[in-house]
Amino acid sequence: MTDPVTDPVTGPEAAPVTGAPASLDVSGLAFAYPDGHQALFGVDFSVARGERVALLGPNGAGKTTLVLHLNGILTGGTGTVTVAGLPVDKRNMAEIRRRVGIVFQDPDDQLFMPTVREDVAFGPAAAGVKGAELEARVDRALALVGMAEFKDRPPHHLSFGQRRRVAVATVLAMEPEILVLDEPSSNLDPASRRELADILRSLDVTVLMVTHDLPYALELCPRALILSDGVIAADGPTAELLSDDALMRAHRLELPFGFDPRSVATGG
Amino acid sequence: MGAGHAHRLYRHGHSPVHGLPPHTKLAAAFAFVVVVVSTPREAMWAFGVYALLLAAVAYAARVPPGFLLKRLLIEVPFVAFAVLMPFVAEGERVDVLGLSLSVNGLWGAWNVLAKGTLGVAASVILASTTELRELLLGLQRLKLPPLLVQIASFMIRYGDVIADEMRRMRIARESRGFEARGVRHWGVLAKSAGALFIRSYERGERVHLAMVSRGYAGSMPVIDEVTADRAQWSYALALPCAALVVCLLGWTL
Repeated sequence: MTDPVTDPVTGPEAAPVTGAPASLDVSGLAFAYPDGHQALFGVDFSVARGERVALLGPNGAGKTTLVLHLNGILTGGTGTVTVAGLPVDKRNMAEIRRRVGIVFQDPDDQLFMPTVREDVAFGPAAAGVKGAELEARVDRALALVGMAEFKDRPPHHLSFGQRRRVAVATVLAMEPEILVLDEPSSNLDPASRRELADILRSLDVTVLMVTHDLPYALELCPRALILSDGVIAADGPTAELLSDDALMRAHRLELPFGFDPRSVATGG
Repeated sequence: MGAGHAHRLYRHGHSPVHGLPPHTKLAAAFAFVVVVVSTPREAMWAFGVYALLLAAVAYAARVPPGFLLKRLLIEVPFVAFAVLMPFVAEGERVDVLGLSLSVNGLWGAWNVLAKGTLGVAASVILASTTELRELLLGLQRLKLPPLLVQIASFMIRYGDVIADEMRRMRIARESRGFEARGVRHWGVLAKSAGALFIRSYERGERVHLAMVSRGYAGSMPVIDEVTADRAQWSYALALPCAALVVCLLGWTL
């Protein structure tokens, strides 16, 4: 685990909380699609409560397949997924979906209700929260992402960055154990990207971030996993993985031109 | 499209009609149309009274006559047929300004025109005083099948998204020198429509995934409940009740 002292980028609040059960525990997970294409070949990893972990990997590595296993959308392979001690299976599906908040890549897919407020209320309302408590949840979630004043706007009239933030709020309103973000920085301009990073850093929640954006992973996540060909190929401090040229090349991961993780991680 | 989720037919305002709960307005407009349709076409005076009733509602809703009349134009393609009826219908004929017209056809045309115009006018007033989202809540409250309400709600949410996608596809076509000029180019347009359909279908699947991930299990949770008290109901139903009296007089007189 990264020592907070030598990690000025992410700061100490990302340190895992010891004692609590792991937010996410995946063991021996393998899965083949009905057409015979095998996407996962035995994935093992665990994310402690309060950690922020990046899941890196080339296109077609099985990242999306893995994410859809975390809240039981895809099941039927072998292996187990446990969320804060609760196994993902048919009986606890409602509770699992409340605990695992997935923010999908395209906010237009995530925001399907006529107004921001109704969209943020959808998850908790589906879980049976009503009335004043529901309003309070919506207000709290929107305040966390700085979108409180857009409550009654329709999602289509927001900028892309604002929609992405509302998408995060729709999931936060469910008070999840773990926030799973699929390519959170895609299509964002640099300012929206930074705003989202500030928001994610301020949240007191476990984060698993699936991304190709390696500098963003380094900025936000002290720890990273590399998923390649359906297995976890590497697990360690993000700065170390990104500095290992041979490892990076082996898994088709490339840093942007001129970006040196060593200078960022040590120089701040 | 303006700010908020206002649609083009909606006219922002704070009149007593705007303030009524949506389901009372829907019920009133529907009942009014049913009453108008059941009125005998020979009672011409009754339709005049209906028009006056609607004018009174429009006045209370502060919908200016010009606004209302302009939106009534939507009716034109539908009543074009009515104009033909006096010329083509069979039966007894009369001479009007040198033209030989069918009496039955004239009555038929009048029937379609009067009832159609009143129905459209009632709908236009409803649409200009009720926001789309409110209409959906009203339909939900009136126990319309939830699936239909959900479909309508997604149509509103994704109409703009799909129109945007269509626009991007058109720009992509034109950027590569395509211009739809004649029948020979229809094939390309048809393929674009097919591609748009598949894109929308795939989006539908992704939206469903996002819904299931947030605990959707087949029914939409009720987030906003609309309620109406007795006074609001009686206020809204004043219109169809007055129309019903006129209708009954139309049958008996």
